[in-house]
Amino acid sequence: MEKRIIYADHSATTAVSDEVLQAMLPYFKENYGNPSSIYRIGRENERAILDARARIAACLGADPKEIFFTAGGSESDNWAIKGVADKLAAKGKKHIITSVFEHHAVLHTCEFLEKHGFEVTYLPVSPDGLIDPQQVADAIREDTALVTIMYANNEIGTIQPIAEIGAICKAKGVLFHTDAVQAVGNVEIDVKAQNIDLLSLSGHKFHAPKGIGALYIRKGVTLPNLIHGGGQESGKRAGTENVPGIVGLAKAIELATADIPAKTAKLTPLRDKLIDGILKIQDTRLNGSREHRLPGSVNISFVGIEGESLLLMLDHYGIMASSGSACTSGSLDPSHVLLSLGLSHEVAHGSLRLSFGEEFTEADADYILAVLPEIVERLRAMSPMWETIQKEGIHFNEDKTKLVK
Amino acid sequence: MNYSEKVMDHFINPRNVGEIEDADGIGEVGNAKCGDIMKMYLKIDDDTITDCKFKTFGCGAAVATSSMATEMIKGKSISDALQLTNSAVMEALDGLPPVKIHCSVLAEQAVKAALTDYYQKQGIDPEPIVGKVPEMEEEED
Ligand SMILES: Cc1ncc(COP(=O)(O)O)c(C=O)c1O
Ligand SMILES: [Zn+2]
Repeated sequence: MEKRIIYADHSATTAVSDEVLQAMLPYFKENYGNPSSIYRIGRENERAILDARARIAACLGADPKEIFFTAGGSESDNWAIKGVADKLAAKGKKHIITSVFEHHAVLHTCEFLEKHGFEVTYLPVSPDGLIDPQQVADAIREDTALVTIMYANNEIGTIQPIAEIGAICKAKGVLFHTDAVQAVGNVEIDVKAQNIDLLSLSGHKFHAPKGIGALYIRKGVTLPNLIHGGGQESGKRAGTENVPGIVGLAKAIELATADIPAKTAKLTPLRDKLIDGILKIQDTRLNGSREHRLPGSVNISFVGIEGESLLLMLDHYGIMASSGSACTSGSLDPSHVLLSLGLSHEVAHGSLRLSFGEEFTEADADYILAVLPEIVERLRAMSPMWETIQKEGIHFNEDKTKLVK
Repeated sequence: MNYSEKVMDHFINPRNVGEIEDADGIGEVGNAKCGDIMKMYLKIDDDTITDCKFKTFGCGAAVATSSMATEMIKGKSISDALQLTNSAVMEALDGLPPVKIHCSVLAEQAVKAALTDYYQKQGIDPEPIVGKVPEMEEEED
C-alpha cells in the first residue's frame, strides 16, 4: 500500500491555514504600527484589533467588550480561575469546584490555590467520561466561588453538559468558567444561552498560530488585572498587542465556526468508521462516550502494547497521533484522564488518540484501518505482557477497565 | 521525543526479537504498572552466550535498549555479559533523552535476571556471581 502522511493530532495543535496566514501577513510588514500610536499605521492596527474583537465575540454570542486577548488556553485558564479566586476570597468564598480530568492548566492552577488556603472539590467523571450536572449542583456550597468544568476533554474528546451546568450555576449564583479550548469550532457555543461567565479558548487548536487565545469575561464579572502596565485590554492585560495573532485568531474562529453542522456531518461518519474498524481488533476499548464526543476525536486502548511504541510505529507509516501512555510524559503514571475513567495502569498504557480536522478523508481512514492491525499484531508478538495474557487466559473485566484472570 | 537515528533503527528493526524454546536462562524484569516489561532468553554453551532473544513491552527506548543489549552480549562470555551496563547500552545507541534513562536500566537487569535463572537451573547460587537482581513487582489492584 502506498504510504500516506496523515496528521491525526489536531487536539495537540493545528497548522495555520492559508486564509489565516494571508490575513496576518500585512501586520508583520507594511502594517507594523503600534496600535497605541497616533499615525495611520498605528490607527489601522487599533482598528484591526477592534474589528477582530467584534468578530470573535460574534462567534461566541458575546459582546466585543467581553473578549480579552491572551497568549492561549493556559493563560486564559490561569487568569479566570486565579482571578475569580482572588476577587471572591475577599467575600469569604474560598471553595472551587472542578473535575478530576481537566487539563493541567486548570488542575495545577487549582492545586496552587489549595496551597493558598482554597478548598477544591474535584468531581469524578462517569466511566464514559462525562460530568453529571447533578453532582455539580450537589457540590455547590455557600462559600463556592467558582465552578470550572471543561467543555470538551482534550484526550478522550467527550463533550460535557455545559448548558445544564451553566443553568445550575446561574440558579445558585455561582460563577461558571469553562475551558473550551477543544470545543471551539467543533460545537456550537453561545455564552449567553449556555450561561457561561468565563470561557477560555486557544487559537492554535483551530488553525490560528500558537501563542494567541482569548478569555471571555461576562460583563459584570470583574477580574483583577493579569499584567500591570499600559492600558491595553482595558488595562487588564498590559503589553503591546500581538496584532498579527489577534487578526489571525479572528479569521480562524470565523472559519472554524462558519458551518459546524457541515463539519460535524462530514467528520462523524469518518470518526465512527475508525472506531468501528479499530474495535474489530481483539482486546481493544473505546475510551469515552461514543455519543457525546467531538466529531474528530477517537481514543482507543489496546491491551498488551505500550502507547509510545504504537505512536513510533504509526509515525513510521506516516501517521501522526498521540497517546496517554506514561513513558511519553516522563512520569511513571499514565494520563490522569484515562485513570479517571477507572482504567487500570495496564489498560491506560496502551492508549491511542487520533484527532483530525476537515482535511481528513475516507482514504485516510482506510489507510489507518489498513496499517493499524498489522502494527498492533507486530507489537503484541514482541510483548511479554501479551504472552502472559494469552498463556494465563487474562481478559477484560465486564466494563473493560481492567484485566482479570 | 528526540531519539537518535540508532534508537529509531533498533526500534523499527529490532534485532533478536522472539523466544528461545529450550533457553538455558530466562529473565523477566519491570512491570506493567511502570510501563515497561522486558523478557530475555539466553542459550548458553560452555560459558558462552550462543544465542539471545528478547520480548519487550514498552516505549521506544525500552525496545531499542533491549535490542542493542542482545547484540552486545551475543557470542560473548558470561563474565563479559555481566559487565554490560545500561550506560554502555545507551552509549551504543548514541544516547537517550534524559526522561528515558530510567527505561534503559531494564536491559542490564534483564540480562542479569536471565543469568540468575541460568545458574539456579544449574543448582548454583547465582548471587555471588550475578549479584542481586531487583524482584519483579507484582501489580496490585
Ligand atoms: C483542554 C485544554 N486546555 C488548555 C490547553 C492549553 O492551551 P495552550 O497550549 O494554548 O496554552 C489545551 C491545549 O493543550 C487544552 O487541550
Ligand atoms: Zn519507557
